[in-house]
Amino acid sequence: MSFNNLDTLYRQVIMDHYKSPRNRGKFEGDVLTVDLNNPTCGDRIELQMKVDEGVIEDVKFLGEGCSISMASASMMTEAVKGKKVEEALKMSELFSDMMLGKDIDFNEIDSGDIAALQGVSQFPARIKCATLAWKAMEQGVKKEE
Amino acid sequence: MDVKAIREMFPILNQEINGHPLVYLDSSATAQKPITVIEAVNDYYRKNNANVHRGVHTLGSRATDQYEGAREKVRQFLHAKSTAEIIFTRGTTTSINMVAYGYARHQLKKGDEIVITPMEHHSNIIPWQQAAKATGATLKYIPLQEDGTITLDDVKKTVTTNTKIVAITHVSNVLGTINPVKEIAQIAHQNGAIFVVDGAQGAPHMEVDVQDLDCDFYALSGHKMGAPTGIGVLYGKKDLLEVMEPVEFGGEMIDFVDLYDSTWKELPWKFEGGTPIIAGAIGLGAAIDFLQDVGMENILKHEEQLADYALEKMRTIDGIEIYGPEKRAALVTFNLDDVHPHDVATVLDAEGIAVRAGHHCAQPLMKWLDVTATARASFYLYNTTEDIDRLVEGLLKTKEYFNHVF
Repeated sequence: MSFNNLDTLYRQVIMDHYKSPRNRGKFEGDVLTVDLNNPTCGDRIELQMKVDEGVIEDVKFLGEGCSISMASASMMTEAVKGKKVEEALKMSELFSDMMLGKDIDFNEIDSGDIAALQGVSQFPARIKCATLAWKAMEQGVKKEE
Repeated sequence: MDVKAIREMFPILNQEINGHPLVYLDSSATAQKPITVIEAVNDYYRKNNANVHRGVHTLGSRATDQYEGAREKVRQFLHAKSTAEIIFTRGTTTSINMVAYGYARHQLKKGDEIVITPMEHHSNIIPWQQAAKATGATLKYIPLQEDGTITLDDVKKTVTTNTKIVAITHVSNVLGTINPVKEIAQIAHQNGAIFVVDGAQGAPHMEVDVQDLDCDFYALSGHKMGAPTGIGVLYGKKDLLEVMEPVEFGGEMIDFVDLYDSTWKELPWKFEGGTPIIAGAIGLGAAIDFLQDVGMENILKHEEQLADYALEKMRTIDGIEIYGPEKRAALVTFNLDDVHPHDVATVLDAEGIAVRAGHHCAQPLMKWLDVTATARASFYLYNTTEDIDRLVEGLLKTKEYFNHVF
C-alpha cells in the first residue's frame, strides 16, 4: 500500500470535517444525551438530540478520537439533522452496509458527505471508529421511544 | 548477539506488508514466535498428543513427560525452589485473578489494605478493585513521580501494617518504567504484607530470580515471550499456595470425590482443573529454551541499546511527545503533534510498520498522562536499529502526510 491508498481513507472532505466539525457543542438544559465510547481504543462521543414527533430537529456532539471517528460524527450529525427518525435509521443501516464493503447508492437519500467514508471499509481496524457516532444516534432514538 | 541469525528464526518477520518489509514494533502486545516454538507445538500434535496424568498408554506418558518437563523449564527460568510452585494458567490476567479470588478474598477483611500503583495494566487493577469490594478492604495507590516512576519513600509511606497485599508491575507496559521490585518486596514484608508482581512485561526481557526478589507471587504470559497465546504462569511461594483456594473445580484437580465433599490434589495440580493447556505449555518450554540459548543478559543488553537509540532518534522529531522515564524497558510511548494515535498507526501500517495505538489497557494511567490515547513502539530481541530508523522515517512521513491533507 502506498500513500495513494491512504488517500482513499483520508479524503479531503473527511479532513475538512475533522478540522472543522459541524454541530460540535452542547445544548443548554435537559436534552436527550448518549455517551458512548469504544473501549478498545478510547474514542468517545457525547451525542445530544432534540427529537420531536419523530423528527430529529437538532443534534450536537462532543468527543475525543481519531480523525475518522470525529469526521464521521460531524458528517452523521449533518446528515440526520432535520430527518425523520426512520430515515436516520435507514441511513445508519446503509452506512453499516457500506462499511462491510457493499456498494451503496445514497442517491435516494440526502445523506450529506457520509459516502466519503466509503474508503474506511478497506481498513478493517478503523471501521469501529467510523460507526461509533451512528451507534450513538441509534441508541439515542431508541431512548426517545 | 547475532540479531540477523535470530531474525531468521522468526519466519513471520520475513514478509512484506503493504509493499514494505515488515517492521514489527508491537512485541509488548504479543511477541512473534521462533520456529522452534512453532515446531514444538506442531510436533506435539503430530506425534505425541494425548491427555496428561491419566493415560496408561505410551502417548499419554509422552504428553505428561513433555507437559511436566515444561514446568521444570519454567521453574529453572524463574529460579523457583520447586515445580510445586509453578502453576500453568491462561496468562497473566488469569494468574492475578487466581490470587485475587483464591487468596485475597479468603484472607482479607474490612480495614485491610491492598496497595497498587496508577501505572498498572487493567489486569493488575480490576481484580484488586473487585477483591476490595467483596471483602471491605481498601485499595490504595502509590503516587507517580512526574517521569512515571515511583519512589521507595512513597512505597514506605503508602504501605502500612494494615496492608495485606502489595501488587505492582515489574515493568510498565506504557511508560517502560522498571520498578524496584526487590526493594518493594522488603517493604511489603516488613509490614506483614505479601507482594504480587505482574511480570507480563518483565520476564520476557530480563533475568528473573523469584527467590532473590523474594516476591510471593509472580505472574507472566507466555505469548509475550515467544510462546503461543493461552499459556501463562503463576509462581507462588509454597506456603501461600497451600492456603490459597482453587478457583476452578472439576477434573484433574481432585484427590477423592465423594457425593457431598471432595479433596484436592497436591500442588501445583490443585490449581489446574480441567484438561490443561498441554501444547501451550510445551510451546512455552520451547520458548524458554530459545531465550536461554540467546541468553537473558544478552537480550536485556540488546534491548537497552535499542531503547537508548529509539529515544535519541525519536526525540529529533519536531512535535513528538514521549512519555516515561529516561531509564526504561525497550518501549517508547508517544504522541505526534495533533495527529491522533490511530491515524499515526494507520499511516505507519501503510509503510509496513506495526505499532500499537490506544489506551494500552491502562485507562487510569492515560488519565494521569492527561491523554485519551497514545501510540507505542515496543521492541524485542529480533528488532534492530534499522527498524527504529524506519519508524522515525515513517513518523516524519506521517507528519508530512497530515500537514498536507490538512
